[in-house]
Amino acid sequence: MSSLDWPVILPLIFAGLMGLSILIYVVLDGFDLGIGILFATADDHEKDTMIAAIGPFWDANETWLVLAVGLLLVAFPMAHGTILTALYIPVFILLFGLILRGVAFDFRAKVPVHRKARWNRIFFAGSLIASLAQGYMLGVYVLGLDTGLAAFTFGALVAACLAASYAAMGAAWLIYKTEGELQEKAVRWLRSALVFTALGMVAVSLATPFASPRIFERWFVLPDMIYLAPLPILSAVLFIWLWWQTFHLPKEGDRHAILPFLTLAAIFTLGFVGLAYSFYPYVVPDKLTIWQAASATESLAIILAGTLVVLPVIIGYSFYAYRVFGGKASDLTYD
Amino acid sequence: MDPLILSRIQFAANISFHILFPTITIALGWVLLFFKLRYNATSDAAWMRAYFTWVKVFALSFAIGVVSGVTMSFQFGTNWPGYMEKVGNIAGPLLAYEVLTAFFLEAVFLGIMLFGFRRVSNKVHTAATFLVAFGTTMSAFWILALNSWMQTPAGFEIRDGVAYATDWWAIVFNPSFPYRLIHMLLASGLTVSFFIAGLSALRYLAGDRSDSMMKALRTGVYTAAILIPIQIFAGDQHGLNTLEHQPQKVAAMEANWNTGPNVPLVLFAIPDEAAKENKYEITIPNGASLILRHSADGVVPGLNDYVGNHPPVLPVFWGFRIMVGTGLAMLAVSWAASWYLLRRRALPRPLAYLMVPMTLSGWLATLAGWYTTEIGRQPWLVTGILRTEDALGAVPGSHVAFTLAIYLALYAVLIVVYLGTLVHLALKAAKDGDESPLPGVLNRPLSQPVHGTE
Repeated sequence: MSSLDWPVILPLIFAGLMGLSILIYVVLDGFDLGIGILFATADDHEKDTMIAAIGPFWDANETWLVLAVGLLLVAFPMAHGTILTALYIPVFILLFGLILRGVAFDFRAKVPVHRKARWNRIFFAGSLIASLAQGYMLGVYVLGLDTGLAAFTFGALVAACLAASYAAMGAAWLIYKTEGELQEKAVRWLRSALVFTALGMVAVSLATPFASPRIFERWFVLPDMIYLAPLPILSAVLFIWLWWQTFHLPKEGDRHAILPFLTLAAIFTLGFVGLAYSFYPYVVPDKLTIWQAASATESLAIILAGTLVVLPVIIGYSFYAYRVFGGKASDLTYD
Repeated sequence: MDPLILSRIQFAANISFHILFPTITIALGWVLLFFKLRYNATSDAAWMRAYFTWVKVFALSFAIGVVSGVTMSFQFGTNWPGYMEKVGNIAGPLLAYEVLTAFFLEAVFLGIMLFGFRRVSNKVHTAATFLVAFGTTMSAFWILALNSWMQTPAGFEIRDGVAYATDWWAIVFNPSFPYRLIHMLLASGLTVSFFIAGLSALRYLAGDRSDSMMKALRTGVYTAAILIPIQIFAGDQHGLNTLEHQPQKVAAMEANWNTGPNVPLVLFAIPDEAAKENKYEITIPNGASLILRHSADGVVPGLNDYVGNHPPVLPVFWGFRIMVGTGLAMLAVSWAASWYLLRRRALPRPLAYLMVPMTLSGWLATLAGWYTTEIGRQPWLVTGILRTEDALGAVPGSHVAFTLAIYLALYAVLIVVYLGTLVHLALKAAKDGDESPLPGVLNRPLSQPVHGTE
């Protein structure tokens, strides 16, 4: 088999692109979902600042989910059907949560003032529900889309931990985007949320190899074990460093305020690479490989041509938008 | 419970709810660009005030459009996996191009358009407004290309039971696409015109005579008055295109049971599919033959030629009539309002009262039109290639019933809150008039726009 064989390479490229958009989604929507979760412990003025910290970004952040699911749909149609019918109810709950928070985001600022508190609560509830549903889906997917009680329990555990890690992302984003009392509060939030984030990553890392003998063999054989060792070690080091940092934030002159967020993003990336390594080459665990599930080569080629042109442009103007709204969040007005 | 009919209702509910909001944002983006360009050209702050009023409606509609659009991208997999398995090679790239070329563009520049007026230069802000409007229109382009392909497929071949693309140009520009795209873009323009006219009329009734409101009112009314005759012509052309490519749909729209010449135009009837006849019929002799064939003895296809292969008659027949009826009401109201605004520079109160409920006329006509064409495609999901029943997934009916019930309740609540918020915003704006400080120029006394003389 030649290695420059398009039917072989294209599904691989699309698996990579899909992974990349899921990762970008988790990092970006992670922080704005997390801020929604942190609404539970913020006062009214803080809520407005928190919204201002994500206002210009959340629409675009959510678009990465559409791209990820879109790529699953268009590049791996068989897998899209199998995964989403198996996760029918959790997907519905995710969508329900996303709809609630999306509309609450806009309604809270536009309804008569006495109804604002209601939409704040809905924003919190929607964010939490969406995060829990994503975590649950991840847990069940890791266990090979199982439906037993064990899978449900594990799914629930991952759900709680993913919600906590989103809260950590949200807190880290607030450290970057806010100042004063709210920033100090965000540091405390980050410290608490980190504990659960670490717990969740350890749980998923342990469960994955034990749920599937195939994955066990990928990790615990020499010499692969040595090559892979940097993944968990580096994650652990970053965790400990970030934990230690939370006792020293914010720094004098607010230096490196974005570091906690970048560190968390790096941890997420390491975890994601580990997961991707475990499941490769399957897109539906132990059932469908990316080649079995892929669309026709000519269709993938025409999508790839467009993607290669457009994706750098998207990333470029996304950076531009983040730069326009860089710096500390102030009150958000339509001007 | 039958998962097929439940899944169909659920998809219909999701897409009906979703389409309401893109219908607004597609054209409202261009209207906002128009407001912005008028402001740039005249430095008249009233244009910018109209912009800020309507950009809020845009933001709200866009947010609901995004979250209900996310739902759509999951629906294919959760309920209709057979669809992507059969035609994924064609539907996939079209959907991918929509996300890549349109969705990101609008979502990213929306932030700058909404919140960036003071952070970027005026030129960049105008450009952002343009890119958002362009993005929403591109989105419509790709989605309508796919929908039209499902109505009139072209440029493909079937190998081993799966569709493969052979000619992308033929796929995108399939026979019904240009007609459907133009019809839908005009529908969006009309929906927005009546939204702006209707909510401005509400402010007018509340005593608001501010410059910015009158500018918006005139924009809405005149745009509607110009677009509606174009839409009637475009709709007629679209109908003739359907006659050529999907005659069974036209037969159902006209409730014509037997192929033949001198077919009357049925104005009112209750089609009875079991008896294959119309009850309580009111007709114009030779009307359908004249409209569709431009001659009294023109032969119009009848449902008898398509036994077992035509759509349910009653919803298609009535969907079409509700759309046309609403269109005619739009024509009457927009022309009357234009006449009064041009001649009297004022609206009579009864007309203003009529315009308030007409705010939703565009939604009604758009939904009725989509029901006509989508139900009119049945029993096919993709005409001649995939039957709707064959695309259904293996989800139990009880699950679908459960999610459907919650979706319906959620959508009902959201529509009520959405409309309530629009009314609240309009009445608040009516109370403030042009007295409230203009947010964009608060901190920039030196560059405050000079008021134009009018």
